[in-house]
Amino acid sequence: MRIFRLLLVLVLALPVGAFAQGKLNVVTTTEDLGSLAREVGGDKVSVTALAKGYQDPHFVDPKPSFILAVSRADVLIVVGRELEIGWLPPLLTSSRNGKIQLGGKGYLDASTNVRILEIPTGQITRAMGDVHPLGNPHYWLEPGNGRRIAQAIRDKLTEVSPANASYFAQRYGDFDMRLSAAEKRWDATLAPYKGTKLVTFHRSWPNFMERWGLDVIGYVEPKPGIPPSPQHSLEVIDAMKQQGAKLIIVEPYFDLKTPQSIAAQVGGKVLVLAPSVGGTKEATDYIQLFEYDVTQLAAAFKQLTGK
Amino acid sequence: MRCIRFACAAIVAATLVAAPRDAAAQAAGQAQQIQQQIDQLRREFNDRLTALETQLAALQGGQPAPPAAPAPAAPPQATVEVPPGAAGAGGPSGPLPVYGAATASSKIFNPDMAVIGDFLGAGGRNRVAPQPALEMHESEASFQAIVDPYARADFFVSFGEQGVELEEGFLTLTSLPGGFLTKVGKMRAAFGKVNTLHNHVLPWTDRPLVSRNLVAGEEGIDDAGISVSRLIPAGTLFLEATGEVYRGDSGESLFRSSRRGDLAYVAHLRGYHDITESTNIDLGTSYSYGHNPAGIEQDVDFGRFTTNLFGVDATLRWRPLTRAIYHQFIGRSEVIWSNREQFDGRQRAMGYYASGDYQFARRWWLGGRYDRSERAEAASLLDRGGSAVLTYWPSEFSQVRGQYRRTNYADGPAANELLFQFQFSIGAHGAHPF
Repeated sequence: MRIFRLLLVLVLALPVGAFAQGKLNVVTTTEDLGSLAREVGGDKVSVTALAKGYQDPHFVDPKPSFILAVSRADVLIVVGRELEIGWLPPLLTSSRNGKIQLGGKGYLDASTNVRILEIPTGQITRAMGDVHPLGNPHYWLEPGNGRRIAQAIRDKLTEVSPANASYFAQRYGDFDMRLSAAEKRWDATLAPYKGTKLVTFHRSWPNFMERWGLDVIGYVEPKPGIPPSPQHSLEVIDAMKQQGAKLIIVEPYFDLKTPQSIAAQVGGKVLVLAPSVGGTKEATDYIQLFEYDVTQLAAAFKQLTGK
Repeated sequence: MRCIRFACAAIVAATLVAAPRDAAAQAAGQAQQIQQQIDQLRREFNDRLTALETQLAALQGGQPAPPAAPAPAAPPQATVEVPPGAAGAGGPSGPLPVYGAATASSKIFNPDMAVIGDFLGAGGRNRVAPQPALEMHESEASFQAIVDPYARADFFVSFGEQGVELEEGFLTLTSLPGGFLTKVGKMRAAFGKVNTLHNHVLPWTDRPLVSRNLVAGEEGIDDAGISVSRLIPAGTLFLEATGEVYRGDSGESLFRSSRRGDLAYVAHLRGYHDITESTNIDLGTSYSYGHNPAGIEQDVDFGRFTTNLFGVDATLRWRPLTRAIYHQFIGRSEVIWSNREQFDGRQRAMGYYASGDYQFARRWWLGGRYDRSERAEAASLLDRGGSAVLTYWPSEFSQVRGQYRRTNYADGPAANELLFQFQFSIGAHGAHPF
């Protein structure tokens, strides 16, 4: 009893951590959002990204070290569309931080103003696998959406720190210009391969493929979140042979065995692309992410099609 | 005097009986009006849905997103007439607005709901603590939602073969000043690791012997109370202190409160550190105190006996991030000391378990556990056991598990059992356990 009281008094007497450093503490759930927040926030923000670019963003452990980061956040930026449903809610609850709770001033769901694909219509059940009822959450893989996310971040940072409004606006304008210039380059690089058919492991790439007119004819996963099965792999092989698809795109966190055996059957190739900033060491920021993916993709197409 | 009282009582009774009749007549009229309002709302909703679907179709047709969706015309305010008979008494007349009608018919604020089924089977022989051959052990229904900008609420109702029990039901205040996280309600106490875990997140089909012998078995320290926890600033080290006060009723023989002042207390200190990005260590120390039922006869506590529990726990996790969905290892151990006063003096019992679980493929886990525990009421009785566990995950939402368990009981023949379990979850996607 006495021990308990003593402990209680000790804990109550401890000071609340002082985190005022002059910079806004921005925490993002993924490295992509982290990179965009750095682009807009510059040296007025200090950015921490929770999930790494080379890990599956669906399956992240809600580690207590993340609680520490979230508890110190002035702004929390999330991908939304239930991507983080398995790990963000316990972090929010344990963060003891009112600012970044759902609906708080420091909470930003980056998906509210972007183009979302694959929103299910009609009835959905888990017989379809791990479907996302609010649409495909991998929407950041398209520069237009990246621009819209950056706008949302600019507006949120301005709301939280109005004194730096013109700084954030100028940083955003600069990013927008660099992104537009890069987009022209990427469009030119991929233009010759418009309409090319390919297969991806998971449904991570609908926005990317739509942007550059590439045609995904199937997935290595039989259903979202369900591991490959021999039966389904045979169907994929048949489809690839019939439609002349040669390329299989895999995220860095999936096993390469099944994709490689499928590729061997169709005389094709497996290409590991970065689905996020940090997914490969070359993808150091949002623009470099596309630089890497577009270059790799074009090189693979060139090798396979000879164009 | 007496007849006045009687008259008053009669008038009150008559009023009570008569009132529902009038109300019934009124209710019939109101029901009709509400039905009309529902029909009207349904028509408005359908129109709006059609408009949105058209908009969506246009978007999916590859057209650029419009700068901003035009604000929908505010639906006409639902109204209701002043009830007949109520007009003319100086009150309002004509149509009255109905507040909250639209939200009342919508499900948008329903809590996240899920049901997790836990089916257990057992084969082999166990004469000391037998469990049924086949058993729908538990169906746990969960209801979770945000209450308001300051709090969330979580309810876990457990339907077992013995009846329904509120396993947990608590309010969490998430935005208190000073960094205090406060929970109020009935909850599993923050004593060690296993005590905090629901059945469906355990890596075994059962709970370790030390939980059964010293910490109130499956139920554990699960009581009505208040929990306050706080992060202690320690740089990159996660340090959390928790203090909890409970009514003092947990388990059959652990804590029993016969007076209001006989509360139970739990204190917990947790330290966590990322050794590398894929390896981390989680250490805890726990203390609990409360009155035990040893001295209670017919609700009177003659003995005033108490129990002190002290525990330490350690968890080592390894999960390589690029292969997180294929491989991970979790090693766990908890040591618990119990100091229980009884008529025959103090019983100092100790017990522990050590376990390891390795995910060797996307859907497969292999694990083992060693158990050793004295009994709280008779520390000279020592039970020992060992288990091997194989788990298969068809998906995130279901799992099949087999467990071979051998237990050497202090007071009976050794038990060799094969236990198996089916677990399945429907409804909202819950948080992954950590």
